Amino acid sequence: MFKNLMSWIEYRLPFMDKMNLHVMQYPAPKNFNFWYFFGSLAILVLVNQILTGIWLTMNYEPSAEGAFASVEYIMRDVDYGWLLRYMHSTGASAFFVVVYLHMLRGMMYGSYQKPRELLWIFGMLIFLVLMAEAFMGYMLPWGQMSYWGAQVIISIFGVIPFIGDDLTLWIRGDYVISGATLNRFFALHVIALPLVLVILVFLHIMALHEVGSNNPDGIDIKRDNDGTVELTEADKKFTFHQYFTRGGKKVIVDAIPFHPYYTVKDLVGVAGFLFIFAFVIFFMPEGGGFFLEPPNFETANPMKTPDHIAPVWYFTPFYAILRAIPDPLFGAAAMFLAIVALALLPWIDRGTVRSVRYRSELHRWNLVFFCISFVALGILGVLPATPTYALLSQIFSFTYFGFFALLWLYSKNEKTKPLPVRLT
Amino acid sequence: MMKKLLSAVALLASSLAMAAGPTIPLDKAPIDLRDKASLQNGAKLYQNYCLGCHQMQYQRYSRTFKDLGIPEDLGMEHLMFTGEKVGDHITNSMPADYAENAFGVLPPDLTNVARVRGANWLYTYLRTFYVDESRPFGVNNKVFPTVGMPHVLQELQGVPYRAHETRLVDGQPTEVYVGIRTDGSGELSAEEYDRAVADLVNYLVYTGEPTKLESHALGTKVLIFIFIFFVLAYFLKKEYWKDVH
Repeated sequence: MFKNLMSWIEYRLPFMDKMNLHVMQYPAPKNFNFWYFFGSLAILVLVNQILTGIWLTMNYEPSAEGAFASVEYIMRDVDYGWLLRYMHSTGASAFFVVVYLHMLRGMMYGSYQKPRELLWIFGMLIFLVLMAEAFMGYMLPWGQMSYWGAQVIISIFGVIPFIGDDLTLWIRGDYVISGATLNRFFALHVIALPLVLVILVFLHIMALHEVGSNNPDGIDIKRDNDGTVELTEADKKFTFHQYFTRGGKKVIVDAIPFHPYYTVKDLVGVAGFLFIFAFVIFFMPEGGGFFLEPPNFETANPMKTPDHIAPVWYFTPFYAILRAIPDPLFGAAAMFLAIVALALLPWIDRGTVRSVRYRSELHRWNLVFFCISFVALGILGVLPATPTYALLSQIFSFTYFGFFALLWLYSKNEKTKPLPVRLT
Repeated sequence: MMKKLLSAVALLASSLAMAAGPTIPLDKAPIDLRDKASLQNGAKLYQNYCLGCHQMQYQRYSRTFKDLGIPEDLGMEHLMFTGEKVGDHITNSMPADYAENAFGVLPPDLTNVARVRGANWLYTYLRTFYVDESRPFGVNNKVFPTVGMPHVLQELQGVPYRAHETRLVDGQPTEVYVGIRTDGSGELSAEEYDRAVADLVNYLVYTGEPTKLESHALGTKVLIFIFIFFVLAYFLKKEYWKDVH
């Protein structure tokens, strides 16, 4: 009876077949290290944000008069409202932590290289939407930093020649940031952008499963079945979906099914992540003033500018690049370019060896200096713009872009190490 | 460049603390959210000395009573002055335009003030008023220069003034600020006054986040649970991966 029902459904909607294709018989390289946790963790955080977000909207009031009080109402009068709110606010920062580490993983192992360019582009689009989502979400509590941070960020659009002023007016829906701005940001934050985000995540995963996962060695696990590939006992142990073997044209080496091997492994990553996540939520929800900034516990006051306006930490690397250049238009352009450069990595990197393990010493150090520049810019973006810090921001902005310039130059004829035949 | 980088990193913490711009180092506030007697005294001080001007419009009387272990009838008798209901928020009836006329600015709501300013800032601020005849209310403050607030706790502390000592700085005798002294006219001794301010700040830290103790208690259980889950997940993974290795 049950079996009949299942096959009735399967005939009309091949659910089990799709599950096999994407989960039970999806070939994943067997050598994923801890860097490969951050993709599944990003999904976990996304689910956390959506669920806690739904419950927060039940008591949040999107108006300039009521927003701040409604957040305090959630914090004080709603059962476990404080927990929902801290899960959501900490989740926002956690999202960027895992996404930045996920991107770094891609850069280390060349996961953006052919044929994964589109996968990388979808990832960059997710990053962009995530930044918009976080920015709009940070405005909703209608605290001092919500207001003045938004003021700073929206004014960036004002530097665009000719259309700048009209554009900021269009974004705000008013001549100043007001209840009208709050209302539209609320609409975008709770429905429009999350919808786009979920669709992009779906496309990201579909694109991933089409080209297959890269791995720390950066070599392919799908080989042409031309009789030259020696299969080991281990290779013969698992069944993979015929879609990946292209009906026998391909053989798959050193792979294991995603489920159960990586589901149980990711579970360990999830537990480790949740431990840190829960620690922040329960014991330091302000994240040392970086996740929830102290001035944001004061209601927005358009008449009173805070002493020092710093964006939330995840924007500060790009904010530092913006400030490093004295001319506002070129500053904004440089900030935009900093993100575009990342998106163009598949074409800037002209190499064919993917993993940093087998690339030149120069590449290794280039990547290290890129990370240092990014972190340094992140720190500088929090600090007030004194002459020393401005100079440092310029230096690190230069080394940030220098990474891409150097990569383009040396990657064409890079002296790489020999690649292993099989995964190590 | 490396040196500059290091100094930038080192300056990060201090410059964040400096954002509010105090001119003297802050004293550490002895906060203890488990000390009910201290919190109750803090609530009493708040109701008597602060509420006249500063509302606490996000905190309810009933919440304060429940969390601080104050029986409702006692609380209503001694801590509520203007006939509100016990479920009401802790507000006053000072009209906003009157307040702005009197003080130049609307006295801020203090529900979250400890989260905005920090406990140490509040603790130091309330203990560093000093006589300054050039100011409208005759007092100024070491932490918040040209503050627009009178020294409402003066009857407890006494009249405070800045004490200076002559010390050698670079070989030259110089007048150095060494702290606040009073004329001894206050109801409390210096130690008692510090204690009273500590109680008040303790209460403000509590109202900033009334769920803090609950959060720590629940958090401990959650962390223990996640740790056990981690161990089980680890062995589950190990068991499955025997096939692979």
